[in-house]
Amino acid sequence: MSATGGVGSPLVLHDLTISHRGHPAVHHLSGRFVPGGLTAVVGPNGAGKSTLLAALAGSRPDHQGRIVRDPAQRLAWLPQAAAIDRGFPMQVQELVSLGLWHRTGAWRRLRADDHARIEQALSAVGLAGCGSRWIGELSAGQLQRVLFARVLLQDAGIILLDEPFNAIDARTTADLLALLPRWRTEGRTVIAVLHDLEQVSAHFDEVLLLARECIAWGPTGQVLRAEHLLHARRMAEAWDEQAPWCRAA
Amino acid sequence: MPGGVNMDLLLAPFTEMAFMRRALVAAAALALGTAPLGCLLVLRRMSLVGDAMAHAVLPGAAAGFLLAGLSLPAMSLGGFVAALAVAAAAGWVTRVTPQREDASFAAFYLIALALGVLLVSMRGGAVDLMRMLFGSVLAVDDAALLMIAGCTALTLATLAVFWRLLVAESVDPQFLRSVGAPGWLAHALLIVLLVANLVAGFHALGTLMAVGLLMLPAASARFWVAGLPAMCALAAALGIAASYAGLLLSYHAELPSGPCIVLACGLAYVASVLLGRRDGILTSRWRLRRHRTA
Repeated sequence: MSATGGVGSPLVLHDLTISHRGHPAVHHLSGRFVPGGLTAVVGPNGAGKSTLLAALAGSRPDHQGRIVRDPAQRLAWLPQAAAIDRGFPMQVQELVSLGLWHRTGAWRRLRADDHARIEQALSAVGLAGCGSRWIGELSAGQLQRVLFARVLLQDAGIILLDEPFNAIDARTTADLLALLPRWRTEGRTVIAVLHDLEQVSAHFDEVLLLARECIAWGPTGQVLRAEHLLHARRMAEAWDEQAPWCRAA
Repeated sequence: MPGGVNMDLLLAPFTEMAFMRRALVAAAALALGTAPLGCLLVLRRMSLVGDAMAHAVLPGAAAGFLLAGLSLPAMSLGGFVAALAVAAAAGWVTRVTPQREDASFAAFYLIALALGVLLVSMRGGAVDLMRMLFGSVLAVDDAALLMIAGCTALTLATLAVFWRLLVAESVDPQFLRSVGAPGWLAHALLIVLLVANLVAGFHALGTLMAVGLLMLPAASARFWVAGLPAMCALAAALGIAASYAGLLLSYHAELPSGPCIVLACGLAYVASVLLGRRDGILTSRWRLRRHRTA
């Protein structure tokens, strides 16, 4: 796990706090993510899950505490789809090709085998032959499949997924969930923000239950217990505009 | 012969008058360089940033005018520095406060505009101010033409080198940050190139009119084509055609050239809004009546 164990973890948190206007979205969180494991980050709305993922992806440099990431591991981040500007005239294959940024950067051209890999990645998410479609024409579920294809091309050791199955039909969700065992077998560390606890129980080894603070972090069966979930809900609802300043800061 | 008369009307101003030829080359070069910039700004929902930057050029150009009179290098350098200072200040306020970029740009360009008008009024008069705001084809001498051509070449070369970065940053800035790519560079490059083109354009079109050639062809092109390269090419073609038509109107009707060029761009825009193949109002209504089988 998790909060204490896990030698050689690709991501370790030391007393991580991320605030918004003085109120913590993530409060004094410490622990290690299991290398090569599937960890679900769950918690009520406003628990700080997406904020945590953004910080792990390096998008919240304003955090306190430390995030130690294995520099040898590449990181792929699938944020909520709303972050993509779908009004921009870009074809599916071009968006997916960004997953090869680690090799091409801003200047190198795509090789012939890159085009084959893009088509393979699209096939893997059920979108074979859709490379020339415009991203603005896709449904939410299709765009999510495209973003999964981009993650596949990134070939990253650490994969962060932020509510990856929101507003997606059951068939698409099942198809994308099928990628998880493959990533586990390949030794990739997957950290996903999810709301569906049945999905979490069925597919994830570890759970971080968050309600701004860490409520529990460990094997799925031990974390998803009624008393933990109740505690998380109470913590999330305990909002106090005039809360005293944290002495541990 | 009627045909001969018509051809004379269309060509004679450019074959007989050197200043008209220079103006046409200058406006066409500007249209070529600003087309891809305008397209990126339109697609990034930064259209009004172009307008803000055009206003921000004014105090620097006015300071150059105060120090050295109507000197191309002094006014250009002043305008370039002032607009970049406004962009940097607006960007800084956006980064360190919750205020959105459009509000901070608006705040700083209004300050810059007031300062510019004040500086011009200290030495020049209404004529100088009008010339600075709306330009004059007579101002396009060899030095100005070289500056415009150089700016266009530099813009196109820079865009060619950083195109992928600019496109990726426009679609998914979060992704670029997560892979450690310098997304900030794309934003900074766009602003620097924008300011350089507005400064290069203000001698011919004036600070306010230059932004018309930047934005209107790009906004028009969006109604006709789907892909970005095609949009850039069409915007450049529309800008060049509008430059020719605007200069012709300006010559025959003895009207100021900058507004004529921008009005020609505006005409193309209105036609595009109505008849554009992709999302034109009338075209869309017609298309609603038919559909494909799958």
